[in-house]
Amino acid sequence: MIKAVMVMNTQGKPRLAKFYEYLPVEKQQELIRSVFAVLCSRAENVSNFIEAESIFGPDSRLVYKHFATLYFVFVFDSSENELAVLDLIQVFVETLDKCFKNVCELDIVFNYSKMHTILDEIIFGGQVLETSSTEVMKAVEEISKLEAASNAITLIPKSASGWRSR
Amino acid sequence: MGSQGGFYQSKEFLDLVKSIGEARSKAEEDRIVLNEIETLKRRISEPDIPKRKMKEYIIRLVYVEMLGHDASFGYIHAVKMTHDDSLLVKRTGYLAVTLFLNEDHDLIILIVNTIQKDLKSDNYLVVCAALNAVCKLINEETIPAVLPQVVELLGHPKEAVRKKAIMALHRFYQKSPSSVSHLVSNFRKRLCDNDPGVMGATLCPLFDLITIDVNSYKDLVVSFVSILKQVAERRLPKAYDYHQMPAPFIQIKLLKILALLGSGDKQASENMYTVVGDLFRKCDSSSNIGNAVLYECICCVSSIYPNAKLLESAADVISRFLKSDSHNLKYMGIDALGRLIKISPDIAEQHQLAVIDCLEDPDDTLKRKTFELLYKMTKSTNVEVIVDRMIDYMISINDNHYKTEIASRCVELAEQFAPSNQWFIQTMNKVFEHAGDLVNIKVAHNLMRLIAEGFGEDDDSADSQLRSSAVESYLRILGEPKLPSVFLQVICWVLGEYGTADGKFSASYITGKLCDVAEAYSNDETVKAYAVTALMKIYAFEIAARRKVDLLPECQSLMEELLASHSTDLQQRAYELQAVIGLDAHAVECIMPSDASCEDIEVDKGLSFLNGYVEESIEKGAQPYIPESERSGMLNISNFRNQDHHEASSHGLRFEAYELPKPTVQSRIPPASLASTELVPVPEPTYLRESYQTPSVTSVSSDAGSSELKLRLDGVQKKWGKPTYAPATSTSNSTAQKTVNGVTQVEGASSTNSRTRETYDSRKPQVEISPEKQKLAASLFGGSSKTEKRPATGHKTSKASTHMVEKSHVPKSSMEVASEKTAPVQPPPDLLDLGEPTVTSIAPFVDPFKQLEGLLDPTQVGSAAATKSPDIMALYVDTPAGIHNKDDGDLLSGLSNPSVTNMPGGTTTTQQEQRSKGPNPKDSLEKDALVRQMGVNPSSQNPNLFRDLLG
Repeated sequence: MIKAVMVMNTQGKPRLAKFYEYLPVEKQQELIRSVFAVLCSRAENVSNFIEAESIFGPDSRLVYKHFATLYFVFVFDSSENELAVLDLIQVFVETLDKCFKNVCELDIVFNYSKMHTILDEIIFGGQVLETSSTEVMKAVEEISKLEAASNAITLIPKSASGWRSR
Repeated sequence: MGSQGGFYQSKEFLDLVKSIGEARSKAEEDRIVLNEIETLKRRISEPDIPKRKMKEYIIRLVYVEMLGHDASFGYIHAVKMTHDDSLLVKRTGYLAVTLFLNEDHDLIILIVNTIQKDLKSDNYLVVCAALNAVCKLINEETIPAVLPQVVELLGHPKEAVRKKAIMALHRFYQKSPSSVSHLVSNFRKRLCDNDPGVMGATLCPLFDLITIDVNSYKDLVVSFVSILKQVAERRLPKAYDYHQMPAPFIQIKLLKILALLGSGDKQASENMYTVVGDLFRKCDSSSNIGNAVLYECICCVSSIYPNAKLLESAADVISRFLKSDSHNLKYMGIDALGRLIKISPDIAEQHQLAVIDCLEDPDDTLKRKTFELLYKMTKSTNVEVIVDRMIDYMISINDNHYKTEIASRCVELAEQFAPSNQWFIQTMNKVFEHAGDLVNIKVAHNLMRLIAEGFGEDDDSADSQLRSSAVESYLRILGEPKLPSVFLQVICWVLGEYGTADGKFSASYITGKLCDVAEAYSNDETVKAYAVTALMKIYAFEIAARRKVDLLPECQSLMEELLASHSTDLQQRAYELQAVIGLDAHAVECIMPSDASCEDIEVDKGLSFLNGYVEESIEKGAQPYIPESERSGMLNISNFRNQDHHEASSHGLRFEAYELPKPTVQSRIPPASLASTELVPVPEPTYLRESYQTPSVTSVSSDAGSSELKLRLDGVQKKWGKPTYAPATSTSNSTAQKTVNGVTQVEGASSTNSRTRETYDSRKPQVEISPEKQKLAASLFGGSSKTEKRPATGHKTSKASTHMVEKSHVPKSSMEVASEKTAPVQPPPDLLDLGEPTVTSIAPFVDPFKQLEGLLDPTQVGSAAATKSPDIMALYVDTPAGIHNKDDGDLLSGLSNPSVTNMPGGTTTTQQEQRSKGPNPKDSLEKDALVRQMGVNPSSQNPNLFRDLLG
């Protein structure tokens, strides 16, 4: 099962943190900090895996991927396959990219709830729910559509340009 | 695609993010966030907030909490939002509560009702949102409240809902298996769902169920195999393909399940051989996900009933992994090797150099994995090399968690495979010296016991030699500053027991050292106690030997200091020491016999030796003793106080509190449990004192006995180490091990396969393997003796594996060279000359391999072009280092056009932009401009944007 998903930037600022088992806020912060400490001490061109037992307790592995200014970190136990989780990160990022059209760190910061929607379509209660980014996209789009429809107040601008033009 | 990645939030939120991004210090950030919290606190409680605003406030709260600040004042508002009718607001509410609350939070009670209602909603998105909350927020007690609805949803027409309902049920199962045990059959049913996604989701709970109870799911083997077959044959819709692999994640889950089901079950395993074999052939080893499936195949093969052909394919894949340049694949290769080695131990040999490379790799993860592998393959022949390596690494790291782990592994291996006592003690010394505070105290007790008992053979001189070498090494080590407490305890004990035994060191020298220890580590009471007891032993031995004892001044002052110690334990020891010194030789001999730590001490529990005294007292008119159990009003507490009868009767009054039952119970148990487990905590002196102390015997003698007894392990039958350890072989090995092994290797290899050797000789200069590495390889892998068979089987295999075999010669023959090096008969230049003629003939063997590797690259690129995934790799590798210095405004991706750097320029860039951009260039450009405009990105240089993260 997947224990946690974190996205943080190269300065250690958390951009998304989701723990599938409840942890108090302080503990979450501590974990994010210690993960970041490990991540930034890793050289380039080393493996994407880290033994995480000293941070997350027994039977935990950590896989991370570094995209430009962001680290995507998945923590999970022995019931998952490291290489596959690496691809799961890929699926997540692919989906974000499809969703935001050339995703950047800002998109992630400002569309916090959407990030969560996407993640919830991929991982559900700590289990991998869907691994096809097209399927995830379909689901997310449908949610957006229905959200918009159900929401009488559509005062929120749809895009960056919309916001600027106001 | 319809959905847009716009900025839904207001300027305020953007400003918040921006200012946090620009914060120079943590304190500044905290100030900003606290400000924000104040604002939100004020705003959120205002009446009639528009829903849209409310949604934003909640998102801001979530953001604030993610940064580590308390947002609990807003929880109730998040809960309220879940009650809203608008889907958008409701979903935001659910998102916030799942992030804020845990299943035991007080507010959950307010949500359960909403969840119940929402699970019945017509809108499937509402249902999904509710199911999501169910996973996070429902605890054992509230499961029954939502269980019927969730079960009903298993038949929902929307597959997304069915999938999530299964997951929710799985979550319930994880939280409380009993609450859903009657519903487990639903998982089986859903396995046949029309939708592959739902079927895939069902595999997660089934995996858990099968892990717990394999036998009730054996009937599903055939179904799983046929599903896997269909998936591998691309019968699933194209949408499930990922990087040209058909539903790889489902394949992986299925392989995991099959591994469980086939473990130790020949019949079940036979069903799987064909499909797993197919997968080995079909998997695309150039993509990451293909390798993931291959790795899972290896795991499966190593778990199910062994099949020669599959094992061979697995070995092929492993060698491909290990030869890869990717650290990820090497890591997986090492892991897979560790799994396969249990079944075919000789497979490691052909990879020894790769393994050693991994061991020396700068990547810590890989290194640790390799140590894990070495740990698994340790034998009595290679234990010295492996443990030495482990200790070196242990010394080099700071991570206490891993240090502890590796220290305990060293201890375990040393105990199990130690070739000699000497080596064992040296190894333990090293472990204690560098990780003493991290190892279990039992290890120390074990070491003391080993030194006390010797090797268990009837060779007293060897034992005493061992002891004097231990004493010598400890006296040397004592010079080092800051030793761990546990280690000092061992040292004190050994010095006390054997410090003067061989007559090499004088009593005053040893006692001086012990006093130094007690002084240097004056904060550590345990060490002090050990030191005082050791002093007592030394003096007792001196008195018993009829030598004149003169107390060192520092010892005298130490004793005086401890006589007034706050610690009763230290005080008592000091008094005991004082008393022992005053006794005559005969008495001391009785209470402190030399080297008697292994003798059994008979405990006369009935205290029969007191009978005379008791009778005399009764005659004089004393009250006869009534056991506590027979006294009125004492029934309930008396049973565990039996030990104290005598004391109680003689003193009449008890001043001390009732002891806890624990120590007395322990005193009974050890003899029984000791036989089975060799690691037993040394019994605490307290209980001994209790059962021993009697009015007539002087306290000195009883306490002397008890302190002597402190390290006694009654009823110890076992020697140190695990039962697998065979002393006979290892003693013979210990001295001549390396050379003996080396020689046999050379003979074996040269007689069976001289060609191999030529091959190697000629190749050796090309490969350029450092002699140390070869030596290491030889000492690590040299122990196994099944080498002869390998080449024969290898040659028989198909063309595909011939290069493998050829490769496999290299490491093997490197062992020869290494062993030859130890006994330098043939200098390397000779080998080169000998080999020269064969070089040409060998070249074809080398080249195809190189070619193959060369071929792999283009294919990788080719597939990359299609899948675009390696593009990302390239892109982020190419990202200029400058990007790291920039603030979080940096764009993760965007436009890879280099001209963008002149962005502020104006229209020209726009044009270029449009040319180079993908489907919707205007949008991204605007987004970019906006970012700049808002100043979120402080640097004037355009962020390094990389276009099409994935196309």
